[in-house]
Amino acid sequence: MKLRQKKILTAYLFLALPLFFFVFIRFYPMLSAFYMSFTNWNILSPKKDFVGFSNYVKIFSDPVFRIALFNTLKYVLLGVPSVIVVSLFLALLLNNMIRFRSMYRLIYVMPYITPMVATSWVWRWMYQRPPAGIINNILNALGLPTRGFLMSTTEALPSIVVTTVWIEIGYCVLIFLAGLQNIPKEYLEAARVDGANRRQLLFRITIPLLNPVIVFLSVIETIIFLRIFTQVYNMTDQGSGGPLNSTKPLVLYIYQKAFKSFDMGTAAAATVVLFAIILTITIFQLKVLNRNVQY
Amino acid sequence: MRKWLLVALVLLMVVSVLGKVKIVYWQYYFETKVKAIDELIKEFQKLYPDIEIEHVTFPYETFNEKVAASVPAGTGPDVVNLYYGWIPKYVTSGYLQPLPKSDFSDQYFEENFFPFVAKGVEFLGERYAVPIAVRSLALFWNKDLFKQAGLDPEKPPRTLQELVEIAKKLTKYDKQGNIVQAGLATQPSGQGHHWIREVLVRQFGGQPYSDDYRKVLYQNAPEALKFYTDLITVHKVGYPGFMNDDITAFVSSSAAMNIDGSFRIAALKKAGLNFGVAELPEHNGIKSNFASFWANAITKNATGPKLDAAIKFIKFLASEKVMEFWLDAVGELPANPKVAQKYYNDPIYGPFLKGLEYAHATFFVDEKEQRQVIMDAVDKVWLKGVPPEQAFREAAEIEQRLLDEFWKNVGK
Repeated sequence: MKLRQKKILTAYLFLALPLFFFVFIRFYPMLSAFYMSFTNWNILSPKKDFVGFSNYVKIFSDPVFRIALFNTLKYVLLGVPSVIVVSLFLALLLNNMIRFRSMYRLIYVMPYITPMVATSWVWRWMYQRPPAGIINNILNALGLPTRGFLMSTTEALPSIVVTTVWIEIGYCVLIFLAGLQNIPKEYLEAARVDGANRRQLLFRITIPLLNPVIVFLSVIETIIFLRIFTQVYNMTDQGSGGPLNSTKPLVLYIYQKAFKSFDMGTAAAATVVLFAIILTITIFQLKVLNRNVQY
Repeated sequence: MRKWLLVALVLLMVVSVLGKVKIVYWQYYFETKVKAIDELIKEFQKLYPDIEIEHVTFPYETFNEKVAASVPAGTGPDVVNLYYGWIPKYVTSGYLQPLPKSDFSDQYFEENFFPFVAKGVEFLGERYAVPIAVRSLALFWNKDLFKQAGLDPEKPPRTLQELVEIAKKLTKYDKQGNIVQAGLATQPSGQGHHWIREVLVRQFGGQPYSDDYRKVLYQNAPEALKFYTDLITVHKVGYPGFMNDDITAFVSSSAAMNIDGSFRIAALKKAGLNFGVAELPEHNGIKSNFASFWANAITKNATGPKLDAAIKFIKFLASEKVMEFWLDAVGELPANPKVAQKYYNDPIYGPFLKGLEYAHATFFVDEKEQRQVIMDAVDKVWLKGVPPEQAFREAAEIEQRLLDEFWKNVGK
């Protein structure tokens, strides 16, 4: 055997290990979830009968599933733009700071590195009605009417979005800062010499050059909001996604079907639907947002 | 010579080991329960030296997954401790075997348990489990808050009417009208849904389900839901989620009264709360209560000598002596009325035990979904302003579909 061949063989050998891992830990369960979605397996029963598409028919005729689907889209539509805009704004501020920069950065990243269950419960308590909830207590002290927040069918979902945005900002700010630092200073200086104002600098130079970062973050954040679960599970009564399903996302629906009602077939079908949605949206985003910018 | 002796000794040991039957017992991890069962296994093995019991525990959250994993592998327990509401699911999955009628006759159930037990463990004409202990509901009240409100701390409300009047006196509001102290905690996701379904519905002249629990009937007594939601919307003595939940509200002395289960006693004592326990308030002279329990069932794994050993073990666990021990060790109520009788005058356990006499154990096909239905009915009324009649009717429709689906799949 030649040295070259040996090298190649060694490479394959090393690569085989993670491949083995992926195949069995990732792909196999994924494929079996596909299969499971065509069976009527309940978690306890050893037998799995093939039932064709009836699980899919079942979930699409289930009003709760449709609400969950709609809620998930609401999370994405409210959450992703907010995270991107707010964290870009903060990153721009931080980028111009010279003193205390690392302290501020730490403060913004802190929510992100705190366990989400803890964060969710702190926010859950802050959203309480008086006398427990601090936000309502402040409103109360200012003589303003108190709000239902998590106890309202219209305010609960946005309240959870706010919490999630607050959590996600830390991560996004960090990535944006890295992106901002990659922008060559020369471009901005040249533009300034040419008489560009700050607005022009931002919209004509900084943001276009940040495009790859924006694409990356919007894809990542879309996936995060599509898979939203922990916050909702911890912030709603008994993890139900209430009141009246107003906050229930798809993942919570899947979890409840699978591990509370033991209806694995339906849960798997819902998982496949979620997978299809994530795949479609991600491909779409990469295609549309990732256009090369010409200068 | 010594060689022979050694061989004989080894043979003897082998025979004695072979003669022993080993069965596996599963329950979820709850410290006092685990300790109590360990004690009881020792006692049992003194009685039956030829039976060995292996006690396995795991976290409550993973209970069903663990069971599910063990079924196809054929490695599960011989005796399993499960919530009575899970029996239909476990039976239809082929996990449990019916208790043999020879050992567990109708008479055995009649003599040893409160009536709701026999019904609670029955599925399609067979019985599947026997409990050590049971739980029921009662009214907890905070004596200190009663005193503060100028009420007699030893006089809890006896009727629903009194409950409302007293709750009103115990409720405090801030300037903007927000409740800062609830007269009565209302939490359908806690024990509230049981109170509505099995207690209030019956007290307002209805019946939650048909006798075989296959038809939903509570919508015929919408006054039950109205009474509950009136507490929130009309009398304004509390609301779901006040101080997060009813337990937090009651433990932190932010709610003066709460309807909760006997399993809460230990925690309340630990919290050092000055509380009393009363039977659930009656209405029109009708008393009702909801009871539930965990019970020991035999899985399909146990056959031959293992089955005999399993029968002996669960019978031992349901014996009067064990029930008394269990009340002391774990604090759960005896499932046998004869044993319970001795504690009738206990100020804490008494009201729960008396409640057991007129209690019903709901037959659940999907406990989570069936609870959600009631939670949603209450939410519809107080958050959306839907009339209680309509909310109850919609709840009944959803739940009926759930029951129909279940029975359709069972095929009977």
